[in-house]
Amino acid sequence: MAVDGRLGEAMLKSLGRLAQGYCLSALIGVPLGMALARVGILRDTMRPLVLGLQALPSVCWLPLALLWFGLSERAIVFVVVMGSLLAIAISTEDGVAGIDPLLLRASGVLGIRGLRFYAGVLVPAALPGIITGLKLGWSFAWRALMAGELLFVAGGLGQLLQQGRELLDVPQVMAVMLAIVAAGTAVDQVLFHLLEVRVRRRWGLAQTA
Amino acid sequence: MGAVLRRIRDRLATRNLLVPVRARSGLAKLAIRDVGHTFANEVVALKNVDIDVHSGEFICLLGPSGCGKSTLLYALAGLVKPSGGHISLDGRDISGPGSDRVLVFQAPALFPWLTVRQNLLFSLRAKGLARAAAKERARQFIRQVHLERFEDALPHQLSGGMAMRVALARALAMDPAVLLMDEPFGALDAQTRSHMHDLLQSIWMRDRKTVLFVTHNIREALVLGDRVIVLAGRPGRVLQDLEVRLPRPRDPDDEALVALSRQIRSLLARAERASDTPAPFASKGKEQANEDGQQRGGVSGRTSPSVGTGL
Repeated sequence: MAVDGRLGEAMLKSLGRLAQGYCLSALIGVPLGMALARVGILRDTMRPLVLGLQALPSVCWLPLALLWFGLSERAIVFVVVMGSLLAIAISTEDGVAGIDPLLLRASGVLGIRGLRFYAGVLVPAALPGIITGLKLGWSFAWRALMAGELLFVAGGLGQLLQQGRELLDVPQVMAVMLAIVAAGTAVDQVLFHLLEVRVRRRWGLAQTA
Repeated sequence: MGAVLRRIRDRLATRNLLVPVRARSGLAKLAIRDVGHTFANEVVALKNVDIDVHSGEFICLLGPSGCGKSTLLYALAGLVKPSGGHISLDGRDISGPGSDRVLVFQAPALFPWLTVRQNLLFSLRAKGLARAAAKERARQFIRQVHLERFEDALPHQLSGGMAMRVALARALAMDPAVLLMDEPFGALDAQTRSHMHDLLQSIWMRDRKTVLFVTHNIREALVLGDRVIVLAGRPGRVLQDLEVRLPRPRDPDDEALVALSRQIRSLLARAERASDTPAPFASKGKEQANEDGQQRGGVSGRTSPSVGTGL
């Protein structure tokens, strides 16, 4: 892997964009999902829109991004955000809508309201669903990022891939591909899997050995 | 012949143990006035329910499925807004659920991501208690239900009976003005249920909380209640409001208690026979049917003959 020096730098650049876009996605997507589940008017108006837009492959956002943000970092981050935001929102909405109504009634009779209710009951109760959404969002974000970087060359792993192609350097291309797989798998399998297992065990959803 | 004589003897022996409730002076703690509720599909769940609950009373709402007892309890808890009538606690109208009327459901409804202690702490903090006070209070009530060793267990690690005890501790720790219980022991096995009766009786005898307890089990109602309000369904209404004058603590196999449960059983059977006439909901004809011993709904048995006659 002769690209070692450049690989590390490219990886960091890519992951940096990913982190930005993904965090933004999560910060907007989770509250959006919760709002969709709880606020009837919002659900009736926005849900068809959300579901429809979700069907749009993330790469299709790139032309719009380039027009709006020009040839900049922001364009790529925008693509990442749009790619994953809706998946997170939809999964979160499912998670919240699937909460046992008895739990909500119990919160009511115990006088749990306002922020304590949202942060202390709604989010934890929907957490298994939210984590599924975050996991899905992550893989969408990763794909969106790669698509964006390939088409709009500006540093990062995508650029390395393109370079490899232009230089007809198959080992480089394959090396970068491996790096991409490794990064994606590491986060998916290690971080999310761990998170999921711990949450499920505590919530009592884990299968007993 | 022997059966008839037995019945007569039982009746005579227990004639003063189950009597219609006498009106009490003073402001009712919980006033239920002419409450009725009709569901969207026009099923009349409740009709003309008038009950005065006084402080410290243990009232059992007894009736078969579909008689509206749970609907009434939900209305008291504020989870259902009755389509007619008026409910007030300590003189103030109730609007929506709140921790002054905690409802213990049929399922424990514990927060699955919190331990036993945290479940209690969470609701105590919501009520506004400081951390230290909340901790102490949580510990005290967990001890009352004999679960000290399980403070750090998660709900899915508890048995049904244990989870129900936590739910009870959580409700009691909130110190509600009225404790509402919707067939809380219905899902438990007979032995656990009997332990829960003992637990509830002992806690109540010490604290004298105002309790409204819904059940379809006649024995349970007689073991636990000072007052048994018998309801019938289609439409949901009060049949009789009876005072139980047995000494506490009560044994479910006590002869007197068994005789009383027989009386109530026949009362319910007659009500059911009367309402089996093929009439749809809220039929006027059924209400006016004045069968032997079947009382009209409304004011708690004061104007009607005592249980002794006509049964």
